[in-house]
Amino acid sequence: MNISLLLRMPADAEPDRIGLTCDGRNWSYGALWAAATGAAKLIKESGASHVALLDTFSEAAPIALFGAALAGVPYCPLNYRLADEAVAALLERIEPALVIGDAARVRRLAPDARHTVYSREDFVRAAEAAPETEMEPDEAETIAVQLFTSGTTAAPKAAILRHTNLAAYILGTVEFGAAEPDEAALVSVPPYHIAGIAALLSSIYSMRRLVLLPAFEPKAWLRLATQERATNAFVVPTMLARIVEALDDGEMADLTSLRAVAYGGGRMPVELIVRALELFPDTHFTNAYGLTETSSTIALLGPHEHREAHGSEDPKVRARLGSVGKPLPTVELEIRDEEGRVLSPGEAGEIYVRGEQVSGEYRERSALTHDGWFPTRDAGFLDEEGYLFLSGRADDVIVRGGENISPGEIEEVLMADPRIADAAAVGVPSAEWGEAVAVAIVPKGGMAPSATEICELIRKKLRSSRVPERVAVVDELPYNEMGKLLRREVRRMLAEAS
Amino acid sequence: MKPGSKLKSAVCDTEVMVIKAAAPGEVTCGGAPMVAERSGALGAVDPAFAQGSKTGKRYVDEAGNFELLCVKAGAGSLAIDGVILGVKEAKPLPSSD
Repeated sequence: MNISLLLRMPADAEPDRIGLTCDGRNWSYGALWAAATGAAKLIKESGASHVALLDTFSEAAPIALFGAALAGVPYCPLNYRLADEAVAALLERIEPALVIGDAARVRRLAPDARHTVYSREDFVRAAEAAPETEMEPDEAETIAVQLFTSGTTAAPKAAILRHTNLAAYILGTVEFGAAEPDEAALVSVPPYHIAGIAALLSSIYSMRRLVLLPAFEPKAWLRLATQERATNAFVVPTMLARIVEALDDGEMADLTSLRAVAYGGGRMPVELIVRALELFPDTHFTNAYGLTETSSTIALLGPHEHREAHGSEDPKVRARLGSVGKPLPTVELEIRDEEGRVLSPGEAGEIYVRGEQVSGEYRERSALTHDGWFPTRDAGFLDEEGYLFLSGRADDVIVRGGENISPGEIEEVLMADPRIADAAAVGVPSAEWGEAVAVAIVPKGGMAPSATEICELIRKKLRSSRVPERVAVVDELPYNEMGKLLRREVRRMLAEAS
Repeated sequence: MKPGSKLKSAVCDTEVMVIKAAAPGEVTCGGAPMVAERSGALGAVDPAFAQGSKTGKRYVDEAGNFELLCVKAGAGSLAIDGVILGVKEAKPLPSSD
C-alpha cells in the first residue's frame, strides 16, 4: 500500500479541516493533498531519483514526502546541521535529486551536479500551482523513505523504509480520524529524524492538527504550545529538561491544554521524568523506544504505567520509570546473547525485533537474519513482567579482560550521587585489559567528588572490575541535537585527558 | 486481486484498498462483486449485505487470508465468497509520535 493514501483519506473525508499550522499559516487536508499531487508532477518532470529536503520543518516536508510517494521516488530528508563536506557527500549519493531548501548551499556544494533545486517558498508555490485531481500513486517504487543514519565509524548508512513498513506501522497503531477536533500535536524534532517522519504520518492519519516548530528553543516552544492550545507533544529528553528549566526560571505559559507528552530518542534521566510528572500532574506521559530501521516506535511505557511506577513503594515497580515499557503487540522482541541464544528475563544481551514495520534494510545490504529478525545493536534486558530496559548500544559495551561491562550500570551509580549532575562511562584502550573503564563527570554546584571518592563509590555499589582507571571532571558532556550522548566524543575527551 | 489494488462497490459508495490477499476468493460489497472501475448506474444493495462499511476500518476474514482497508464508506457489507468480513481493531495505543 502506497503511503500517499494516509493523506488522501483525510483529504477525501474532511478536505476543509485544518491539518497543519506552520509560521502562522493553516493548511487544510485538501490543500496539503492538492499540493502533494502538484509536487508529484514536478518530481516526475524533473526525472529525479530521490527527493531531498535540506531544510528545517515546514509544510514543505509533508508536501515533499507525499509528493515523492505519489511520484514513486524515495523521500530523503537530509541533516542540514552537518558540515559542508558531509552534506556534499550525501548529495552525491542521491544524484540526480530534486532538492528543496537551502538552494544556495546546494548550488555551492554541488555546482556541476544534475540536481533540480528549489527554495522552500518556490517549491511550495510551484506545487500549489499544479494540482492534479486524478492522481494515482506510482507503485513501481517500493521504497518510501531513505534516511542517512549518523555514521560513528564509517560513512553514513542509507536506511530504507518501504511503503509496506510504514503503512504497517501506521495502520497497526493509529485509528483513522480518531483525533478530536481540538487536538493539536506540537512537533519540534527535525524533519530528517524518524520521529519527525512518524509524527507526520500518525498525526495526519489520525487527523490531529500538526503544529510545527522549525527550530527548538524552550521559550518558543512554550509560546507556541500556549498560543495553539497544543494537546500533544513529542520531545527528546534534553528538550524536556530545557522546558522545565525555563518554567523554573519563571517563564509564563498556559499549558492547561496539554494532555499528552511523548518522549524518546535518548536516555531520560529518572530525576527529570519524576520532576515532569510532578510539574504536570494531569498530563499523560509516554516513553517511546524505536529506531530508524524499525519505522519508529517498537516499545512504549504508557501514561498509566508512568503514574503507577511513580506512586509505587515497590522498588521493582518504581524502577519501570527507567524502562522503555513493553513491546508493541504488533512486533516480536527478544534478547539474545552473542551466539544468538534467546536469554531469560533479567539477562542482558542484544535486542532483536521482528515485524511488518521492521525494515532492517540499507541501500547496501539487509541486516535481517534469514528468518526476518533485526539485530538492533542496542543492548538491554526484559524484566519478569516483560518491561524492556536499555543499557546502551551493543557497541558501547566495555570489554575488560573478557568481561562485558555495560556503561549504563556505572552511569546510574554516578548519577545517583547528589554531587554529580551528569556522567558517562566508556572503554579506553588498556595494555593490561584490552579495554579499561574511564568516566567523565559533570559536577553539581561546584563540589566535585575526587577521583578517589568516585572509585570508592563504584567499588562499594558495584564490583572492582567496574572501578575506572581514569576519571575526568568536565563542564558538560557532548550530546547531539536529539539528546543522544556522543560516546566517541567522550572517548576522545578521556584519551586527551590522560 | 493483489495487495495495493483498489476496488469499488458496484452497489454503493464503498471503496477499499487490498492490504492482503493470500488465497483465491471473490470480494463482494452489498452482495455484488467489487470492481476496479464502475460502469453505469449503481445496482441495489442486497438487504442481507447492508450493514455498511466505515472509512479507516480494516476488514478481515476468519482464516486471516484477506485484509481490506475501507478508504470510502458505503451502505454495503464487505464479504469474501458470501461470508461477511469482521473488523480488525487497531491496537489502541497512546500516541507515541
